[in-house]
Amino acid sequence: MTAGSERVVERLFFAAAFVSAFVTVFIFGFLVYYGLPLFSGGRFFEILSSPWAPHQGSFGIYPMIVGTLAISMLAMLFAFPLSMGCAILISVVSRGWLSIGIRKFVEAMTGIPTVVYGFVGIFLLIPLVRNVFTAGSGMCVLSASLMLAVLVSPTMILFFCDSFDRVPSSYGHAVLALGGTRIQQYLHVTLPCSWPGIVVAVTLALGRAVGDTLIALMLAGNAVQVPGSVFDSARTLTSHIALVFAADNESLEFKAIFACGVSLYLFTTILVLIIRLAAHEWGKYGQAR
Amino acid sequence: MNGASMGRLVERGIITFSWLAGAILFTVICAVTGYLCFRGLKTMSPALIFGSTDPMSALLLRQRVFDGLFPAMVGTLLLVLLSVGWAIPIGTAGGIYLAEYAGGGTKKIFNLLFDLLAGLPSIVIGLFGFSLTLFLNRHVSKELHPCLLMSSIALAFLILPYIVRTTQIALENLPVQNRLTGLAMGATRLQNLFHVLLPQALAGMVSGVLLAIGRCAEDTAVIMLTGVVASAGVPRSLLSHYEALPFYIFYISSQYADQQELATGYGAAILLLFICLFLFAVAFVIKKSLPCQVFSQR
Repeated sequence: MTAGSERVVERLFFAAAFVSAFVTVFIFGFLVYYGLPLFSGGRFFEILSSPWAPHQGSFGIYPMIVGTLAISMLAMLFAFPLSMGCAILISVVSRGWLSIGIRKFVEAMTGIPTVVYGFVGIFLLIPLVRNVFTAGSGMCVLSASLMLAVLVSPTMILFFCDSFDRVPSSYGHAVLALGGTRIQQYLHVTLPCSWPGIVVAVTLALGRAVGDTLIALMLAGNAVQVPGSVFDSARTLTSHIALVFAADNESLEFKAIFACGVSLYLFTTILVLIIRLAAHEWGKYGQAR
Repeated sequence: MNGASMGRLVERGIITFSWLAGAILFTVICAVTGYLCFRGLKTMSPALIFGSTDPMSALLLRQRVFDGLFPAMVGTLLLVLLSVGWAIPIGTAGGIYLAEYAGGGTKKIFNLLFDLLAGLPSIVIGLFGFSLTLFLNRHVSKELHPCLLMSSIALAFLILPYIVRTTQIALENLPVQNRLTGLAMGATRLQNLFHVLLPQALAGMVSGVLLAIGRCAEDTAVIMLTGVVASAGVPRSLLSHYEALPFYIFYISSQYADQQELATGYGAAILLLFICLFLFAVAFVIKKSLPCQVFSQR
């Protein structure tokens, strides 16, 4: 192969990387361009904070933002202790084949399609919530966040386990050598040392919870309102995009889904920056080993 | 209560809590899969896929299947093949650039952008796919509407960061001596890449592709905005509407007319679940076994 063709192939590699990386920028550009009439003159923040009343000419997405936060935060509230418990079970409490088996089980869980969770949720979880809490139709913030918690848990568990494993084993051996138990080792050394990994795991899981469309769309009832309790129906930003899109037209009402898209984009950007900061801290541990 | 017994209590508490968490998770997953199998296994038959149509004439596209999953399965298969077809060459080349050629500053920017792309909710990618369709419709060709082609392009963007990342990581994880031997023997950078590095990184790359296929097969939000419909039959061209398994499941869950349709929905959910878990298992096995095979062949 000649030096010339070598350079051509290198250029091709660069072009591929460039194109695929800058798609990320194009996406933002397209969302802003198509939502423009709504964003012009600093009206973006007005949209974020005003109610959704298309017939009165108000296309605010405030109820959807509150709905998204309520559902995803509640899901995290369920998922965090569950995941922490499972991660402790895998990394600290169980040994040998049991630990490996549970880990494989959790890994396989990441392969379960979201729409399957949603489908089973409608026919199993919704009636359950309806009967246990006598909560209207059962389509509410609680149902969606319970299912969402199951969806995001595997991500968190696997990241927790990884960050526990990353703590230099010499640190832990010191505790054991002093006569400490494995739980003491975990509480006083592993857990405090792995905080950057825990931040990464929680942020990733929050991103998944906020970005998921189907669970909330299928289980939360989709009423445009600021939910007053966990038994109220709510609509997330993602389901709002799907629902308004289904009623296809070119009106300002339709443009509002681009405002939802931009909000989700900006939120993701913040999460990615948090992850990178935490991962940077994490890298320092790797060097200390 | 003194400190030691308090400590023991905390210890017991943590152990009990962890077993409880594990039991809850296990029960939930067993409930989900068990319920699905309980309601849907009895629908598992050729009739689930082909309905009342003769399987042979359905497969040869002589007759349209109206009451089976055949069009949705063909739609999903075409969608996966097309999107992976777009994403593999670009993603692999991008990953190679990042691992082998990119310098510090460039690499930082690209890494940030790929992290962001990987983190974007799939409905945002779907919205982008839709606005791209609008744009192309206005400025390139009036023929272009949401269709199989646009869905596959949007899905390709969704899986691109996975393929880039797995390629990059597979290459970066190779031991330094493997990297240097070829170069020391006079191979050019590119020869070294194609004859030494890529064959060794193949396992990681293939498992990444399989996981990407799984994402394509299960994704609903992207295709919802870019051309999937509830009933279209087998797509006749790249520019036509199509059906897909995950969207069918979503649609049936709210729009089923009778128990027969609902049963088909359960069947479709089982089918999709098994396809995804199967891909996952294959990816896992390949990741474990391929490097040894590559070495033993040489």
